[in-house]
Amino acid sequence: MLVLAARRFTAMILIMVVISVFLFLIFEGDKMALAMRVLGQYSTVEGRLQWLEVNGYNKPLVARYFSWLLGFIAGDWKISAQFNRPVLEFLAPRLANTAILGGCVFVLTMIVSLILGVLSGIAEGSLRDRTITVASVLTTSVPEFASATFLVAIFVFWLDWLPGSSSFSGGFSIRELVLPVAVLVIYNFGYYTRMTRASMAEVMTSQYVRTAVLKGLPFKRVVLRHALRNALIAPFTVMILQLNYLLSGIIVTEVFFAYDGFGKAIYDAAQFGDIYVVEAGAMVAVFVAVISQFISDVGYTLLNPRIRFA
Amino acid sequence: MTDVTTTAPAIPKRASRLSRIARAIGLLRESPIGMFGAFIVLFWIILAVVADLLPIYDPLAQSAPDLLRPALSPAPDGGTYWLGTDDKGRDILSRLIYGSRLVLFWSSLATVVAYIAGMLMGVVAGYKGGWWDEALSFLGNIFLAFPQMVLYLVILSQLGSESPLGEMLAKAGFSTVWVKGLIIVIAITFGTAPQVARIVRGLVLDLKTRDYVAAAEVRGESPFYIMIVELLPNARGPLIVDACLRLGYVTIAIAALGFLGLGLPPPDPDWGKMISEVRGFGAMAANAMLWPAMAISSLVLGLNLLADGLREVSLRD
Repeated sequence: MLVLAARRFTAMILIMVVISVFLFLIFEGDKMALAMRVLGQYSTVEGRLQWLEVNGYNKPLVARYFSWLLGFIAGDWKISAQFNRPVLEFLAPRLANTAILGGCVFVLTMIVSLILGVLSGIAEGSLRDRTITVASVLTTSVPEFASATFLVAIFVFWLDWLPGSSSFSGGFSIRELVLPVAVLVIYNFGYYTRMTRASMAEVMTSQYVRTAVLKGLPFKRVVLRHALRNALIAPFTVMILQLNYLLSGIIVTEVFFAYDGFGKAIYDAAQFGDIYVVEAGAMVAVFVAVISQFISDVGYTLLNPRIRFA
Repeated sequence: MTDVTTTAPAIPKRASRLSRIARAIGLLRESPIGMFGAFIVLFWIILAVVADLLPIYDPLAQSAPDLLRPALSPAPDGGTYWLGTDDKGRDILSRLIYGSRLVLFWSSLATVVAYIAGMLMGVVAGYKGGWWDEALSFLGNIFLAFPQMVLYLVILSQLGSESPLGEMLAKAGFSTVWVKGLIIVIAITFGTAPQVARIVRGLVLDLKTRDYVAAAEVRGESPFYIMIVELLPNARGPLIVDACLRLGYVTIAIAALGFLGLGLPPPDPDWGKMISEVRGFGAMAANAMLWPAMAISSLVLGLNLLADGLREVSLRD
């Protein structure tokens, strides 16, 4: 178990390092282009050269990479061209906002899809199963910006129940959180529901569940005590593994609702050409994704005794 | 080639390609859900093909007095704006229909390119194994570690039209729209090919133990021949289903990029962009926003249902 975790951990670090090299090269490999991005299109060539000299960009590429990486680890994420503030200071509250949004979405998606998946998987082929399956295909087919359009049309324009923008301009408000969370849950729950359903259906046909039913245990008890735990391993780990899919949707949703989160920050920076923010944002996003993959891998082995003792 | 000549026993003649396709379509008829999906997809394909023949307005023609009109409003020339107009007085119905062309064309192109790249990666990793497998899987994992939209933002912000790549494409004679479109295709390929490769690799690991692969190896066929002629065609079943789903994802991704303003340049009627263009007008633009949202949802739904139907039918065999 420990050996496996250690091996996964090494692979994770290796991937992170390679990705950091890739991002460094793509953003800072061409230093003249970088100087132009940072100083603006109308800066003089002399100005750019001087900036490169002052900021130590004339060292060899490898030395630059290491000093950049060490600086990044130490929290020196350079200065945002757009806001003239340290990138870390600017991104930290944005990350917190996205953590709120993502956390709500994750918990709600999990609750909804596990309940629907189990309800559908224990009665494969029933009307309830078919309804849930069709509903999950339907919602998965509606991209976030389209379902956001529908929800805004209904709840903002027509019923006037909820605000259409979630910029928290008047401080934090639950009402402004409802629509972005709803959009992301609607798009994401279908996939996990189908996954839970498949897993549940498979467990329900297994020998030990049949034994439990045949020895006369109440059906409810069989499902809750015997089947559920094994059926939930796969969907649970997949959900963690898919955190980076969630993040893709979060970018679109945050832009749609003007939600001041991490996704919108990367998007705005990419539009503006604020290179250090995009660079740091991409590093953070990949870091979160790789860590979640690691947790999902190790979690799977912890939850599944057949693998744990193998 | 080896010079082994044997008198082969009479093999029953294989059904012609056409009749096999007809049979496949016949099979799909057993799945009502799949048929419904195929019907939606076909609906958009036909509209995209015959757009020029339809009696609709010019999708780019602006009309200053007719801004953000609701559905079924009369047009100044005595006609009707069946679905209303957008913020520049352009006919929404016609923009939707011409938009289907762009959406279908670029999503299909991106999916095909990503599929070719992914199949090559997957078949080499699966068949060659060893060092090839390690290297290709690691390469794939690097791109899979990115949240896709972040990867697209990184690629599109660094490899835009002004980048060396963009300039190279422009010099090769591509128009602005094509340069932008091809860069999107490249970005989508980076995000999608590793996923395809992973599936193909899994299928190939299973297929390469089959007798016909061993037979081809004994015949002295080249690894290239075995991969392209023996392995890939035999993996097609699951791949066709996956390609349908993948096309849906790519359609969503391209439309989302359009919505984010990173898609094709204006004034082309891209469905995602049609929503973001009018969003600022609030409730007044509800009509202009709803139609493209419904169009994209229906197309993706069609693709997903078609994939479901194909899977159902292929499992029944």
